[in-house]
Amino acid sequence: MNLNLRHAKTGLLGALALCFLVTLFSKFINPYWLYILYDIGINIILAVSLNLINGYTGQFSLGHAGFMAVGAYTAGVITNQFGQLNAFASGGVFLGALLAGGLMAAVAGLLVGIPTLRLKGDYLAIVTLGFGEIIRVILQNVDSVGGARGYSVMHGWTNFFWTFGLAAVTVYVIASLVNSTYGRGFIAVHDDEIAAEAMGINTTKYKVSAFVIGAFFAGIAGGLYAHSKQYITPGGFGFMQSIAFVVMVILGGMGNTVGVILAAILLTLLPEGLRFLAGVQQIPGVAKMYPLSWVGDTRMIIYSLLLIVLMLTRPQGLFAFKKRQR
Amino acid sequence: MALLQLDKATIRFGGLTAVSELDLAIGNTDLIGLIGPNGAGKTTAFNLITGVYQPTSGQISFNGQSIVGSKPYLITARGIARTFQNIRLFASLSVFDNVRAVFHLHLRGDVRHALWRGRGYHEEEASIANRVIELLEIFQLAKYRDEPAKSLSYGDQRRLEIVRALAAQPKLLLLDEPAAGMNATEKVELTRLIRFIRDKFQISILLVEHDMQLVMGICERIAVLDYGVKIAEGTPDEVRRNPKVIAAYLGE
Amino acid sequence: MTELLQQLINGLALGSILALIALGYTMVYGILRFINFAHGDVFMLGAFAGFYLAPKIATFVPLPSVAGALIIFGLSMVICAALGVLIERLAYKPLRKRPKLTVLITAIGVSLFLEYAGQFFFGASNKKFPDILPTWPVTKVLSLSVNSNQLIVLAVTLLLLLGLRFIVMKTRMGRAMRAVSFNPEAAALMGVNTDVVISFTFALGSALAAAAGILYAINYPSIDPLMGIMPGLKAFVAAVLGGIGNLPGAALGGIIIGVTETLVSGYISSTYRDAIAFAILIVILLVKPSGLLGKKEVEKV
Ligand SMILES: Nc1ncnc2c1ncn2[C@@H]1O[C@H](COP(=O)(O)OP(=O)(O)O)[C@@H](O)[C@H]1O
Ligand SMILES: [Mg+2]
Repeated sequence: MNLNLRHAKTGLLGALALCFLVTLFSKFINPYWLYILYDIGINIILAVSLNLINGYTGQFSLGHAGFMAVGAYTAGVITNQFGQLNAFASGGVFLGALLAGGLMAAVAGLLVGIPTLRLKGDYLAIVTLGFGEIIRVILQNVDSVGGARGYSVMHGWTNFFWTFGLAAVTVYVIASLVNSTYGRGFIAVHDDEIAAEAMGINTTKYKVSAFVIGAFFAGIAGGLYAHSKQYITPGGFGFMQSIAFVVMVILGGMGNTVGVILAAILLTLLPEGLRFLAGVQQIPGVAKMYPLSWVGDTRMIIYSLLLIVLMLTRPQGLFAFKKRQR
Repeated sequence: MALLQLDKATIRFGGLTAVSELDLAIGNTDLIGLIGPNGAGKTTAFNLITGVYQPTSGQISFNGQSIVGSKPYLITARGIARTFQNIRLFASLSVFDNVRAVFHLHLRGDVRHALWRGRGYHEEEASIANRVIELLEIFQLAKYRDEPAKSLSYGDQRRLEIVRALAAQPKLLLLDEPAAGMNATEKVELTRLIRFIRDKFQISILLVEHDMQLVMGICERIAVLDYGVKIAEGTPDEVRRNPKVIAAYLGE
Repeated sequence: MTELLQQLINGLALGSILALIALGYTMVYGILRFINFAHGDVFMLGAFAGFYLAPKIATFVPLPSVAGALIIFGLSMVICAALGVLIERLAYKPLRKRPKLTVLITAIGVSLFLEYAGQFFFGASNKKFPDILPTWPVTKVLSLSVNSNQLIVLAVTLLLLLGLRFIVMKTRMGRAMRAVSFNPEAAALMGVNTDVVISFTFALGSALAAAAGILYAINYPSIDPLMGIMPGLKAFVAAVLGGIGNLPGAALGGIIIGVTETLVSGYISSTYRDAIAFAILIVILLVKPSGLLGKKEVEKV
């Protein structure tokens, strides 16, 4: 955690202004890359918010995709009630829908957070996984949102401003929180619950707050995701997806916001890079010079092996250069 | 009226009565020792007082109000802080943050302050930082403020635990074997510091300690536990001469 | 009534398979206190071992036949036992002193690896499992239709449970397992070689998972590299329901989950089937976190 927070608010405003500027010019960006950028921003929100639960507070949620699903469906259903809107109105409706998605996800976070209070470590992981799966199964059974077939979201309102502006807000909120006297309580709970309780820290409140706040931002990310892909299925929010977010947090170094952001970027680009390698193989002659087509086919195997090797050799994450301080 | 009052406090773990009908009264600015052989129930008594365990029977009151059934963090907020026999610092936090984390008890603003980061927030954080450093300086730990707590020497970790407990601004401080693992010089220094903080902060201290010289040297009154039962209580001299106490220690 | 009995029998068959997998979870948890997330994938590998062995075996023992099926069962169990030991040695052993979550994440990595490697080597699509056992005509007792394969599942499970009970209660290795599970340090001091015990535990659990994999494949004759995920999770829930670390508990938990799930999908809605186990899990952890037959552990301060 080495963000300099002295001028955090100025930084946030600057980031928002910058996002706005980039958005004005985003039609000059290749759409393929633009959508990858959206994926990056969305994954940053998911990873940084999960980092509050798994990294800072030391709980272990394997259900983040479930919260994301709640936000995605909520926001999608809300905006589908509207027809074509001008830029201004759509912005307002979109923001409202995203917040509503976040709130619904936060309620889900509360529902998960309370019963899991007594649980620790691997038990907690499995139960949150179970909650995520329950959310998925419920969505599969709601016919009005298409059940297992999926749900199509009319408006593609996700743009650079919303994605990265909200990513900046997420980072700001979570970094400000944990870097305050109040927020040191999250890390105290992580380090030693009994000692934290003995030092007057209401561990219950902190743990539930972590779940609620983390879920809120996951819900926002879900809304952005829904309006970027414009088609969502319950299966897309399964626990494999949750595991992918957990891997981002671990790769970045639990409780290290900068590292987790880097990991989210890296892990979003990695499959694209491997896909690119596989694509280059299609060009005549290249495959002969650089026989790399196996990379495309085995990329998920490589990904899982990397995870194992990482845990064996660098369990503190790739980007943990310095121990957390102050 | 005593600050802390235990009336027949009892706790059983299965067949074992770890603390049996313990009566104990601690007044304001008292410095009282709680001794006894290993396994006598001293730490368990601390766990009862701080709400980690609930008594099977009996009453515990603080400032005249019962604290039985209260959550540990609420008991701390009421004014009882402790250290742990097996050090339990926040290992991934710095020395400074170990103490700072406790100051959330005294925050004026709530979480919105932390998010808005306005002037009020920065002023409050600055004043907390000053108070943390002040406390660390009493124990000569300020020079390690940015070191991870777990990198400190054993003796310094014990002292940091005391600082952290003091940050809760307790009226009663429970110290569980604070001198364990310290060398002779460190023990002398610790003795001085325990007296000093009692006088400076006007708090009561209940001290569990195996070093008899230390306990006899600073405590005004000592209670002796053996197999969960209080077998003696009195001034250091009375306790030292008590045949039951001698037997309990010889039998160890 | 007949309908209910019918569902109960279906549920028992499913429950037996879950019970066999759950035993592996519970044994490993009892000894290492960690969830071997990859256990469900060993179950999948058991089924695929049977799938690839069947044509080879068929060249010298005609299939379907009891003898051929026995050989396939035995070989798959041995192969998976070896795999289980290998996984433990390579991935988990180096982490023995590390935080539990590090090990859990590694186990997730192993699980993903087995699934993706399975998709790469076996192909991602469903495969029909060959008929390795002769099927008798469906028996009609009291107008119940009892599939001969279901009877096989029940019989094989019962035999394996008795075998496991014998190993754990009556052999030296079993005693060592119980000692390590009770107190690893003390067991090591008493001269028990914990490494060997741990390997043996993985071998035993993996062999049972392999048997479960083949039983599952015989009953639902289609297999794929991701088939282990759901049964694996449900079996884990079964282990927790019974009281993790407790062998009879795991078997009981498996049966309860299997029967409940079958009843719910039969009478309420089959689409909610996959959520049942998790709902049960959440309820147990709220009501009795130590499980039906487990004992409570208190943290000392
Ligand atoms: N949570 C617990 N469960 C069971 N027995 C306990 C527990 N906590 C303490 N004990 C037992 O209570 C007795 C007193 O322990 P303790 O208070 O730690 O002794 P002391 O601090 O005086 O050395 C010991 O026999 C100990 O084993
Ligand atoms: Mg003690």
